[in-house]
Amino acid sequence: MSTLTEAPPPLAPAEPAPKPPRRRGRLTPYWLLLPGILWLVVFFALPLVYQASTSVQTGSLEQGYKVTWHFATYWDALTEYWPQFLRSVLYAAAATVLCLLLGYPLAYLIAFRAGRWRNLIMILVIAPFFTSFLIRTLAWKTILADNGPVVHALNSLHVLDLTSALGWTAGDRVLATPLAVVCGLTYNFLPFMILPLYTSLERIDGRLHEAAGDLYARPWTTFRKVTFPLSMPGVVSGTLLTFIPAAGDYVNAELLGSTDTRMIGNVIQTQFLRILDYPTAAALSFILMAAILAMVTIYIRRSGTEDLV
Amino acid sequence: MTTTDHSGDVRLTGIGKTYGSFTAVHPLDLTVPQGSFFALLGASGCGKTTTLRMIAGLEEPSCGTVHLGDQDVTHLPPYKRPVNTVFQSYALFPHLDIFENVAFGLRRRGVKSVKKQVEEMLELVQLGEQARKKPHQLSGGQQQRVAVARALINHPKVLLLDEPLGALDLKLRRQMQLELKRIQTEVGITFIHVTHDQEEAMTMADTVAVMNAGRVEQLGAPTDLYENPQTTFVANFLGTSNLIEAEVDTRNGDDVVLKAGGGKLVLPAARCSAPAAAGGKVLVGVRPEKIALTHADDAGAIPEGRNRLTGRIADASFIGVSTQYVIDSPVCDELAVYVQNVERDGRLVPGADVVLHWNPAHTFGLDAAQDIDAGVETVEEEAA
Repeated sequence: MSTLTEAPPPLAPAEPAPKPPRRRGRLTPYWLLLPGILWLVVFFALPLVYQASTSVQTGSLEQGYKVTWHFATYWDALTEYWPQFLRSVLYAAAATVLCLLLGYPLAYLIAFRAGRWRNLIMILVIAPFFTSFLIRTLAWKTILADNGPVVHALNSLHVLDLTSALGWTAGDRVLATPLAVVCGLTYNFLPFMILPLYTSLERIDGRLHEAAGDLYARPWTTFRKVTFPLSMPGVVSGTLLTFIPAAGDYVNAELLGSTDTRMIGNVIQTQFLRILDYPTAAALSFILMAAILAMVTIYIRRSGTEDLV
Repeated sequence: MTTTDHSGDVRLTGIGKTYGSFTAVHPLDLTVPQGSFFALLGASGCGKTTTLRMIAGLEEPSCGTVHLGDQDVTHLPPYKRPVNTVFQSYALFPHLDIFENVAFGLRRRGVKSVKKQVEEMLELVQLGEQARKKPHQLSGGQQQRVAVARALINHPKVLLLDEPLGALDLKLRRQMQLELKRIQTEVGITFIHVTHDQEEAMTMADTVAVMNAGRVEQLGAPTDLYENPQTTFVANFLGTSNLIEAEVDTRNGDDVVLKAGGGKLVLPAARCSAPAAAGGKVLVGVRPEKIALTHADDAGAIPEGRNRLTGRIADASFIGVSTQYVIDSPVCDELAVYVQNVERDGRLVPGADVVLHWNPAHTFGLDAAQDIDAGVETVEEEAA
């Protein structure tokens, strides 16, 4: 800046417009998809087709099975096992509601109030996964044992009288009742509810709470009008992650239930592994799959969160 | 603007906030009169936002009280205060459309028919067309106007603005400044505006409080703060100041005569915020645009009675309306001088010897015990 009256530098000759760079890696997305697609084809699509064909076969173990397009198997399975279907849906729904009621406050606490305890509580939520699903469910047998402290306490508080009257328990027992199975389902699937709830609560900007308070919303109103609607993606994915596996579960009903609490999972397992009636087992699996698919679709439609899940 | 109604006065009495051993806001007293546009100005971390949040009720003060009019609101939760905030990030509810965002406060207070009010408010901020859009579909400036509408529709006694223009680009910011000023004049509500942009504070506010390290350094009308800063922080943070160390020589009526280098400078006693005892040190300040430059050859033509310093031009930058010179003088390096480009003297180029002269009435005096660089741009917070 030696002088203030310097002439402007001559205009540089116009540069030729740069060529658009060649689009590289247009195939990259497909390459990235390939392993997943392969995996799905081999371990999901092929077995699915195989099961579908099994479900319309007739025959016997001795003479072998043939595809005869015998769709009546579906109808027979449904008429015979509809109580177990209904029970599965009810138990899974009950467990899902319980998971939501237990999990939401905890997820809220972790997301907004836990401060430096946040990571510790998260580890505690995930910790059960370090032990086998089976072992944990077996442990509930001990917890709910007839002479155990839980049954004793519930009995002396006369809670069991009430639950027996409702048909959830039988007499002085908790084990081998619907309550035990629902408790087991709730326990086993609770983390699948908490984690998505936490993820979507944690994403909510804390300033939105302040803004709601500033705009005359009391804390409860803030929760109803701001926090809960914004956590809907978590509620939806949490309930799906709980309900879908719970509806098909058979371990809890097997270990904590009785013959009166058999769920559709138990029926399928028995058909496949003990009775060896493969067509019926396959048909039951498909009915379960279709039923869950239909319920989930209606649920997602109604909660209006198609774009959020 | 009403002057008889005091129900919208904000009175802070000894209000302070400490977090553990860190003092965010030193106990301060502040009264913001009803209907005024008040700015809290300071660098980040100076306590201005904390002060605002204490008025909103989002932060519990460690000591002192907050009054709105005659009502003590110190311990009221935010949802019970007749105060609304425009948040820095706007904090619009992402799951609600613009209409519902604006209607939120009305609905919470049980207002039944909100349609007309919301539509009028959206008209005021020129967003009538966007009522059914979601916040993320709007531009930054539009979101900002929604945030203002959402707060204003409740007719709060006080509207708190927390750096509401910080996220906008320069041009939009200037436009929104005028817009906000227009709305404030229209609705007559007390506005308290927190900003770190000194130009924004000066163009918009009637009264500006300059905050530094949890204290109010100076409070006054923008022109007062600019023309007669009381501390080096204010002198440097608001615009640019030339601060020259000088020694008090004599007192001559209403003027103080000072020695700087070999020469003498005159300072009106009324504009000196430091005790001016003979022999004491004072920082003499003058704004760069008050100074005229004359080539040393023409020094004789400078009228009598003006403060003058000699120096040499170190640098000159032409910026259109004015030319900014940096001048090294025996009394002080790097004096800034802004000269309007009316009649340019071709001899005023780097290396030229010049005389700087200005009307003594434009001089101000500061306590020399302060840090001379306090508040200079990019300087981080000084320890309190």
